[in-house]
Amino acid sequence: MLLKQAGYRKDKKIIPYLFTSLMWCGGALIFLIFLGLIFELFWQGKQAFSVFGFHFITSTDWNPGEQQFSAGAALVGTLVSSCIGVVLALPLSFGCAYCLNELMPQRFSKYITASIQLLAAIPSIILGMWGFFILVPLMSQYVQPFLKNIFGNVPYIELLFSGGTYGIGILTAGLILAIMITPFITAIMQESFANTPVMLKESAYSLGATRWEVMHQVIVPWVQKGVVGGVVLGWGRALGETMAVTFVIGNAHHASWSLFMPSNTIASLIALEFSESAAGSLKMSSLMALGAVLMVISFVVLFCSQLLLKQVLKSR
Amino acid sequence: MSFFQNKNLRIVSVVGLSFAFFAAVLPNVKAQDVVTITGVGSSFAAPLYQNWAASAVKDINIKVNYQPLGSSAGKNQIIAKTVNFGALDMATPIEQLTKEDLVQFPTAIGGVAVVVNVPGLKEGHLRLTGDIVADIYAGKVTKWNDPRIVAINKEITLPAIDIAPVYRADGSGTTQVFTSYLSKESANWKKAYGSNTSIAWAVGMGGRGNGAVASMVKNIQGGIGYVEYAYALQNHLNTAQLKNVAGDFVSINEDSIKAAAKAADWVHAKNYDVDLIDTKDAASWPIVSTTYVLVPAQNKNSQEVTKFFRWGFEHGDAIANQLHYIPLPVVVKEKIEKTWEYAGVAGKEAKAK
Repeated sequence: MLLKQAGYRKDKKIIPYLFTSLMWCGGALIFLIFLGLIFELFWQGKQAFSVFGFHFITSTDWNPGEQQFSAGAALVGTLVSSCIGVVLALPLSFGCAYCLNELMPQRFSKYITASIQLLAAIPSIILGMWGFFILVPLMSQYVQPFLKNIFGNVPYIELLFSGGTYGIGILTAGLILAIMITPFITAIMQESFANTPVMLKESAYSLGATRWEVMHQVIVPWVQKGVVGGVVLGWGRALGETMAVTFVIGNAHHASWSLFMPSNTIASLIALEFSESAAGSLKMSSLMALGAVLMVISFVVLFCSQLLLKQVLKSR
Repeated sequence: MSFFQNKNLRIVSVVGLSFAFFAAVLPNVKAQDVVTITGVGSSFAAPLYQNWAASAVKDINIKVNYQPLGSSAGKNQIIAKTVNFGALDMATPIEQLTKEDLVQFPTAIGGVAVVVNVPGLKEGHLRLTGDIVADIYAGKVTKWNDPRIVAINKEITLPAIDIAPVYRADGSGTTQVFTSYLSKESANWKKAYGSNTSIAWAVGMGGRGNGAVASMVKNIQGGIGYVEYAYALQNHLNTAQLKNVAGDFVSINEDSIKAAAKAADWVHAKNYDVDLIDTKDAASWPIVSTTYVLVPAQNKNSQEVTKFFRWGFEHGDAIANQLHYIPLPVVVKEKIEKTWEYAGVAGKEAKAK
């Protein structure tokens, strides 16, 4: 006891000093890595940006044989597939979180919560394989013909469901992404549901509010921030998801209105082409430029959601 | 009981067991006399090289680490000299060989199969022509009951489902061979798309490697794709018959590929650059190619590579046949031996002779 105290006195000045400097280093290092990453992506992608200019973003040509590269098709594929993923995952995870926290008895819900957390731990390549062997045939034989039957004659909307029912395409990729990000969004939402003060809910019930009214007027306003946070995190993951998407999206350099058509995402395009791009080539530079574009998109999504969040908080 | 309650003993046993696991799984550190050579490239040739390697390590103490990343990757990495040999499914032009100081030699012959997934179709009964296949990949023929397909398949009924063309998404020698065939068969294709290791496909979807294309075709109803013959067999895919130059519809099998290999002029071909597409023999399969290996000239490591392939040429024909590759004719193997000596990449045994 005495020895320990003596030792403490001796290190009294050094340890706090070491601690603070270590923390400073940690913070600064992350920031430096962040800056270095952005710089490197743009620097390596400089060649592609200077050769193709603005066309790199707007064109959909991709022909390695003729040194034609562009981000257009993959950009559209990334945005559309991740949007489908988020749109499908949002109601699913809201329902999941609400049901688990408010409706289900706790002796059941704790097992389901654990299984949702396990779902989040599934490696994406396994989901990709599952999607390819199970989901793709289901989509091509049942879901896509069904959607085509319903929307096939509605003007404009039919465009979204035109083309062959291959099962592989943007819609299937979005579905896989939805399955992947649902556990994330659910976990965050559950957290904010749990944080809703019991007193508020109980008082609402005691005033004669129905379950719907409590959900609509007490819980939802309280969890808004958590919901937006969950969506942002899920969207971020969907934007960068590579392996699962590569399996089911079809790896085609096309942008089309149809959700059934094979397309590509930036992340899966980079993964696919990286091993065959010689260092210093225009193709490698294009892939780096694609990485830079993906980063910019992620920032824009993050920024917009922060803005949205502020707006929401202000209006309350 | 007390053993498991003692915390220290427990930790020691866990550490010990994991060490034993790694010691059993990881390769033996002491085996230093085995030379390891690395190769990258063609996924078509991968089963052959990997099986040769598994058998050769006992005889010649050479271990081969082969990564099937596609022919483009093979070419890039051998030019960058990050590997000992690159494997390609197409011949490299002589200017590039001289510039990068590389030696090229063939190792085996294989056919590219056109595989289809049409419900209710018997194995090997669908007939296609190069022109129709080109139009399918150009997006002009979109249904399996297209009049042009029906016209040459009168005895079978074709369903009215969409054709889903599948291609290689990575840069591939198979794509080069397949698009060369389409360019020869269809003037429109040649004008619009040409031939290369990867092209700007009009329609369809891409898979990475022969294996992915095979499983996509198997999984997608109405799919059509092109894979090396061995992959078509392994995946039990339905292969289509093609019309060859002689005007006959032929199925892909060892005999039709051999017929094409025989029809080529090996002796006079420079750098073994023979064209096996659309050979004139009546029995020959139209899409046949040679797979090549590139090694750096005047290089010590290349000697180990040639030692390995000499073993393959001498002892590996049975393995090659088993895996549905066609071994090179004996004249070609003899010519390759001379090329090695001339380029200073021959292994030690050759010099002793």
